[in-house]
Amino acid sequence: MTDTLTTTDETPTDDTPTVETATTQPGPAQTISKTVAGKTVTLTPEQAEAFGRELDELKERVIADLGERDATYIRRMIKAQRSLEVGGRALLFGGIFPPFWLAGTAMLGLSKIIDNMEIGHNVMHGQYDWMGDPAISSRGFEWDTACPADQWRHSHNYMHHTYTNIVGLDRDVGYGILRMSADQKWKPYYLGNPLWAFLLMVLFQYGVALHEMESEKIASGEISIKDKREILSGIWDKTKRQTLKDYVAFPLLAGPFAPWVFTGNLTANLIRNVWSYMIIFCGHFPEDVQEFTIEETKAESRGQWYFRQILGSANLTGGKLFHILSGNLSFQIEHHLFPDIPAHRHAEISESVREICGRYGIPYNTGPLPRQFATVVRKIVRLALPWT
Amino acid sequence: MFTETLTKRVRRSSLLDLLTGPHGVDRYTELVDPTWTRGEGRARVVGVRRNTPRSVTLTLDPNRAFRAGMPGFRAGQYVNVTVEVDGRRRTRPYSIASGEGDRYLELTIGRHDGGVVSPYLVEHARRGLVVGLDSVGGEFTLPETLTEPVLLVSGGTGITPVMSMLRTLRARRHRGRVVFVHYARSAEEACYRDELALTAAEMPNVTVLHGYTREPAASDLGGRFGSDHVAATDIQPEHVYVCGPPALVDAVREQFPNAQSESFVPPVLTPQEASGGRIRFSDSEIEVDDDGTPLLSQAEAAGLTPESGCRMGICFSCTRRKNSGAVRNVITGAVSSTDEEDVQICVSAPVGDVDIAL
Repeated sequence: MTDTLTTTDETPTDDTPTVETATTQPGPAQTISKTVAGKTVTLTPEQAEAFGRELDELKERVIADLGERDATYIRRMIKAQRSLEVGGRALLFGGIFPPFWLAGTAMLGLSKIIDNMEIGHNVMHGQYDWMGDPAISSRGFEWDTACPADQWRHSHNYMHHTYTNIVGLDRDVGYGILRMSADQKWKPYYLGNPLWAFLLMVLFQYGVALHEMESEKIASGEISIKDKREILSGIWDKTKRQTLKDYVAFPLLAGPFAPWVFTGNLTANLIRNVWSYMIIFCGHFPEDVQEFTIEETKAESRGQWYFRQILGSANLTGGKLFHILSGNLSFQIEHHLFPDIPAHRHAEISESVREICGRYGIPYNTGPLPRQFATVVRKIVRLALPWT
Repeated sequence: MFTETLTKRVRRSSLLDLLTGPHGVDRYTELVDPTWTRGEGRARVVGVRRNTPRSVTLTLDPNRAFRAGMPGFRAGQYVNVTVEVDGRRRTRPYSIASGEGDRYLELTIGRHDGGVVSPYLVEHARRGLVVGLDSVGGEFTLPETLTEPVLLVSGGTGITPVMSMLRTLRARRHRGRVVFVHYARSAEEACYRDELALTAAEMPNVTVLHGYTREPAASDLGGRFGSDHVAATDIQPEHVYVCGPPALVDAVREQFPNAQSESFVPPVLTPQEASGGRIRFSDSEIEVDDDGTPLLSQAEAAGLTPESGCRMGICFSCTRRKNSGAVRNVITGAVSSTDEEDVQICVSAPVGDVDIAL
């Protein structure tokens, strides 16, 4: 994990013990503006600073309030997930009886969704590191999916969350296999955009696992597969164990009922894949979500960084259960502003974030899942075409 | 035969690890009973006594993982106890008061005003509470055999390790002279008063003397420890053990330069910009003087290349275990002195000495 990015040469290395050393270094003050749905949004350096300060204050209020409530929340979530998992796997052993198979598969699918979304993703962000519990710490947690946690922390927490929606830096813009921005140059391969997107959805856990391979750079000759030997062996070890568990060990334990356990596990993984794909694609790809160029973001202040996170993310509306199952990524905007505060807090602060955005004229993109996802599908299909 | 069983056991455990992966079997069993862990020492509080107004005495029933990892402690040693207070794990060393070989661990915790863990335990500890246990340690211990006269001196809740020694001597049916001197504010605040009286009554070779700093009239000894108190013990001790506030330890050392001592002093927080402390990067055995900047930049200046990411406190790529010492979050200004905690080194600057796993 020692990738160096030539474009981020502003890495602070000076020794002045000020707060600025830890934040993105402020460059020459510049007014930023973006056109969203035909409307131009502008933020002067002064406005950006005031805007950033308001959001910082909001975050500090939450941080100061962290405590037993948050610990209880995540532990309850873990208990629910583990119970669903044990219950689901047990029911699948009797899967020859259709209601058991259906219930077992649904419970195991839900367990995997909660494990990956509300627990894994959020714990690995360090949202609960303040608790000091190694089982719920960003460095110690491993999730029930093919992708190794340490690789995820690099590609997601660092690359994606720091360089959100900067085309050329944030590999989540198309994941190296899709064309999700008009700024990505079209090539004939992208004619398959809808097909590749569908395959990614079905095989999502493996797509996520292979993310750190940067296969597009290997294909273009930019890097060699040898550079990725360690990454590959990490992916192989984790994927092997996951596969052995779901498709060999548990089915064999069920003896004559192996087929039902096997298909139940396969379906549960598929449910998780499709659901997490939909939620994740709705985070940054719906209509009117903005991408940025490296040039645009070179001298970003903290306030401008917040500005990019908001314009580059979209929320989903829904009920409490929906938010839990989405890992609270339905509050993608709040999550991108404050990736390190416990995600169940996002709902509580979303009103304040929205109100602050309103005062600065910054659009806040939100909508129900079917509508947001429809705009994502439209984008996937449209960008397959050479003239887009 | 033996290897066969072993292979079978290893095979069974690796299958279990696979089936319960990636979380591991402990993460399931602990949901049934929080002490059911194979990999972590834990204990259930099975007894809570509040014998004095400013202390609590806990009886702990350690789980198998702890007993397997610690076949026995020696009288006078301490154990690191982890308690969760307001969602945060805190680890503190507490001297064990029970005698060697006891199945249960007894701790007596005195309230330290301004502290976090001790006021919590004194006020809220209850039967059924589960605490983490690890690393028994300490060189403040009783030798295997001793015949010469022993002087045990303690102040306040510093009584626990010497209490362990006295209980151990009693269990060994020790015949040599033992004088137990304990200082407390008042008779009411003196821990283990009844048990000490009983021990003294049952063991003719044991003398117990109390000094009450706020109740001179009720005391066996008046004022602070000094040569007159030594005279009152009526022995020429070969072994002297003292545990208590630094002033008491110093006073005993003045009379007995070879006295063994133990003194737990809470960390003093001075949240300032440049701390003047030393940073120890424990994994690489490097020490440097703190220059006030975040640990990440100081580690890099020292030639280390820790994993790092955003350098602004959001990505947690750089999170490392801080073994000890206090750090200040340069963004929020929050100071944290918890031992054994994970910190983001890119935004954590030392406040005094820091030991970090780097």
